[in-house]
Order: sequence, then C-alpha cells, then structure tokens
Amino acid sequence: MKERIVVEAKDIITRFGEHTIHNGVSFKIQQGEIFGLLGGSGSGKTTLLREMIMLQKIQGGQMKVLGVDVSKASHVQAQKLMRQWGILFQFGALFTSLTVLENVMIAMREYTNLPDWIIQESARMKLSMVGLPTKVATMFPSELSGGMKKRAGLARALALDPKLLFLDEPTSGLDPKSARAFDELIATLRKTLGISVVMVTHDKDTIENVLDRFIILGNQKVRFEGSMETLRQTTDEELKNFLN
Amino acid sequence: MKQKPSLRLDIQEQTALVLLQGSWVKERIAALCKTDIPITPSQTTHSYTFDFSAVTDFDTHGIMLILHFAKTLEKQGQSVVFQGESPSMQQLLHICDTHYPLEDIEEKKGIFILDSLENVGRQSVEGYRTLASFFSFTGELTHACIAAVLKPLSIRWKATLYHIEQSGAGAIPIILLTSFLIGIVIAYQGATQLEKFGANIFIVEMVTISSVRELAPLLTAIVVAGRSASSYSAQIGVMKITDEVDAMRSMGFSPWDFLVLPRLFALVVSLPLLVFFADIVSVFGGMVIASTKLDVSFVEFIDRIKQTVALKHLVIGFIKAPIFGAIIATIGCFRGFQIDSSTESVGKYTTISVVNAIFWVIAVDALISVLLTEMGL
Repeated sequence: MKERIVVEAKDIITRFGEHTIHNGVSFKIQQGEIFGLLGGSGSGKTTLLREMIMLQKIQGGQMKVLGVDVSKASHVQAQKLMRQWGILFQFGALFTSLTVLENVMIAMREYTNLPDWIIQESARMKLSMVGLPTKVATMFPSELSGGMKKRAGLARALALDPKLLFLDEPTSGLDPKSARAFDELIATLRKTLGISVVMVTHDKDTIENVLDRFIILGNQKVRFEGSMETLRQTTDEELKNFLN
Repeated sequence: MKQKPSLRLDIQEQTALVLLQGSWVKERIAALCKTDIPITPSQTTHSYTFDFSAVTDFDTHGIMLILHFAKTLEKQGQSVVFQGESPSMQQLLHICDTHYPLEDIEEKKGIFILDSLENVGRQSVEGYRTLASFFSFTGELTHACIAAVLKPLSIRWKATLYHIEQSGAGAIPIILLTSFLIGIVIAYQGATQLEKFGANIFIVEMVTISSVRELAPLLTAIVVAGRSASSYSAQIGVMKITDEVDAMRSMGFSPWDFLVLPRLFALVVSLPLLVFFADIVSVFGGMVIASTKLDVSFVEFIDRIKQTVALKHLVIGFIKAPIFGAIIATIGCFRGFQIDSSTESVGKYTTISVVNAIFWVIAVDALISVLLTEMGL
C-alpha cells in the first residue's frame, strides 16, 4: 500500500494572548506510524495534540488530519472525522455518570446500528484487551484508581476501531509493568489493525521501545524530527541531554 | 467497493466448510447479528472449518461476531477450525479470542418490595449520618469561630473582603429591584382594602412594619441563599475534586480558616447591610404607591413613620439578618464538603444546598416571628 500521510502540520502558530507557544511548527505523520510529541514542560505538546483533535484553534498555518483541514472542516466533515479517531485523555476523562462498560459502549450505541449484545460483548472484549478484569465493567469511574481509569479510557478510545489514536501521556501514573504492557498493547494494535498512533509522552522506555519517530518541541519550534537512532547521532548537546 | 459480509455453508458428509466472504466491519455486520448463528447445523456434521480466504476487510467487531458463531457451534458439541487467515488477521483473531468475554456479568435482580424496603433503610441511615456530620460540622465551625475571634489576626481578612464583595456587593442590584417590587406589591394590595374604610393613612404602618420587620430581611436572605449557597457549595466541591482541599490540609492550612470562616463572616457582615438597602427601597416602593393611589404624600408618610412605627421593628429585622447569613454560609459550605469525586454530585449537592438554605431561613424566620410576638415584642 502507498504510504499515506495521516497528520500534516504546516507552519503552525499558536498564541495565548501575548504568549506565543508555537511559531512555525511543521511535521508529517505517516500511516501506521507510532509518532511521539516530546518536549519540556510548557513546550506545547498537549496544545499541539489538542489542535489536531479540534479542541484548540490555531492562529496560523495549516493542520490536516486524515486529509481534512481541521480549521476549515464543515460540521459534517468534522463529525465524520471524529468517528475515525480515538482519544485517550491524560486522566481518562470517563463520564462519571456511566459505568465503565457503558463508557465504552456509548460511542458504538450512538454511531452503529449493531444490536446491544454484540456491542456489549465488544466492549467487554476491549476492556479485557486493556487489561481490566470483568468485575470492573459494572463499576463507576469514581470507584477506580488512576491507572484503571486510564485503561478504561483507552478501551473507550478503541471502541470504534479508530484509524488514528491520540494518546496524552498514556503511561504516566501507571506502574512500570503495566506501562510496558500498555506499550506492547499499542504496538500490537498498530500491527493488527493498522492504527496510526500519535502520543504525547515523557516515558523514556516508551520513547525507546515503541515510538517509530518523534519530534522534540522547544523554543516555539520543532527542535528535532526523526527516530531514536538519528537522535543518538546528533551533535547538539541540548538534544543529547534531553533523554538523560 | 466494500462487499457485504456473508457465510456460505458447504456440507461434505461429516465436515462442513463455512466460507466467509466480504468485509466484516461494524458498519456492515448488523444484518448477521440477529441470530446466534445464521447457519443451521445438520445432524451428521461434527466438525466445521471456517475459511477466511475470501474476507476482504475486517475489524474487531467482525472478528467478534465470527468468534461468537464459532463459540456457539462449540457449545453445541461441534469442533471448529480456522483456515486461510492472513497473518494480521491471525494476530487479531488471537487477541480477540484471548479476551473474548466468557463469564457473564452478574446482574442484580431484586424483588420490588425488598428493594424499596432496602431503599427506605438506606435513606434513613443516610439521613441520620448526614445529621450527625452536620452537627459535627457546626461543632467544629463554632470551635474555629471562637479560635478566630480570640485571635483576630488569624482571620483571613483579604478572603473575607473578597467574599463580601462577591456575595454582598454583587447582590445589591437584584436585592434593590426585588425589594422595590415587594414594597409596591404590599402597598398596592393594601391600598385597595384600606381605601374601602377610608383608612388611607394606615398604609404607612402596613408597608413599613411588614417590610422592615419581615419581608426585607427574608427576601434578602432568600436572594442571597440562591446566589451564594450554591456558589459556595460548588466552589468547595470542585476544590475537593481537584484535591485542593487535601493539598491545603497536608500543608497545614486549615480549610476552616481558609474556606469556611471567610465565607461565614462575609455573609454575617453583609446581610445586615443588604437588609438596610432593602428596607429603604421597599418602603420607598410603598411610598410611591401611597402617593399615587391614596394621596398620602412623601412628607406625610415619613412623618407618620416617625410617630407610629416603633424602632424595635427595624432592630428585629437587623438582628435576624446575621442569623440568616450564618445559616446560608454554614449550609453552603457543609454541602460543598459533602461533594465527592463525581461530577454528578456537584449538581446534586449544589441543588440541595440552595433548597436547604432557603428552607431553614424561612423556618428560622417563622420561629423568631412566633417567639417574639409571644414575648410581646
């Protein structure tokens, strides 16, 4: 299959009032890639992610996701786009009034005409895939720990078999073993379903083991774009220190 | 072009070949989900082979459905084998198979009467617990109050002033408007009755006493309860959800000093001041109607107030105001601390806090009214 571009950012400019976050940020994410957005605190990683999923407006440049320019997308286009991606927010962002199972089922109930039993079974399968035991299904988000909320959030993001998965710090707050299992799960999903993954992360193991390519943001620009191998060969001291 | 998913059954003596075709994706499989298995197994077959070679497209939902068919056959005592799957499909099949939900979710099914009895019990215990924790809250609040009064430097004056501005000064416009209208309403209704007896001048006592003694303080308290009890509950509740309250506690800052006392003092101070404005405006509303409907001029009206309306009515109104303020702030803060980690509870307790505050303001007002009248005041 021809290499396709799932996300294309061109000269993105973001400002909050007087404060400039991004000034000409450009990069491309290929289909099937696990792509990382890296950078120090306050470098605008999460902002960049939010711009891709239309939660934040850009002040300049162009952001194309799955071929659609997000700042010019019509309502219909935006709706269609939203069904093709799944998002895991940093703290899960589960709906507190629904049980965990209902949280995973809600998108399938709204957007497919499948009967309830298969929706329920798929939802339970996804919960099991992210490593949650059966008894969690009927619990409410307020009864879960932070790590479990995150897993449930991932199950919800995967509910519609998205083409594109956005993860905001997926392994933060997980114990090391769960974090590696999470990494493995994401790698397997990419392999089997051909999902492209965009993630904001600080986890050094995730960066080394899972990411195909990444960008490092700094000084309102992209400081580095490429893989771990190319980063190791760099002569830039500041970038070298980034991973230590 | 995506093909419709379908199965074709090919029976050869004891074995049957199930040929899966088309795209097994969530948008297209709905028609196949109607039954447990869309093929009727014959008596003689014991083994089924699922052939995936003609499947053009798939996702987890499609795989799920195929697995469901296979499991149904296995339950009927048949053996099932898969063949012809592509490597990526094999992987997904493996993952889905490992995580296929086998055990049923336990669903609680109760008997109606028992359930409702259980509910009554639960509600009673909850009511008792709420009462107990409210007493403990007011106890601690009193303790914190006394400690603060003995050491006035420890009071957070800046926060107190902020809440006076927000809850007191911010409420002035709406209180002026409602008091003015209430003054007009009393005077208007009174005017039509008094005119019949030619007792026009008694409009003065009627409007003034009812306003300054009862209606102005009560109305002010109700408006403030609606504005501030809800906002105090919501503010404190969200601070609890974001762990701000815990952070405060762990740093040794007492939530009493930082959150509750400033709000309590703010309302205790600002309610009498608001009542003062409400008194003036509601009497003024009465004066406007008295002069237009009953020919009682402003000067006559004010002269008559001086002659016949005792100061005690005004004083009683002012004494009630800080009590109402304390009730509103205490209930607002108490309900705020009851909010737990779910967003739903924010709505629930904010509503309860306003309803409680208004109810208790009216109840206490009634109690004071009866008590004072019996005492001859």
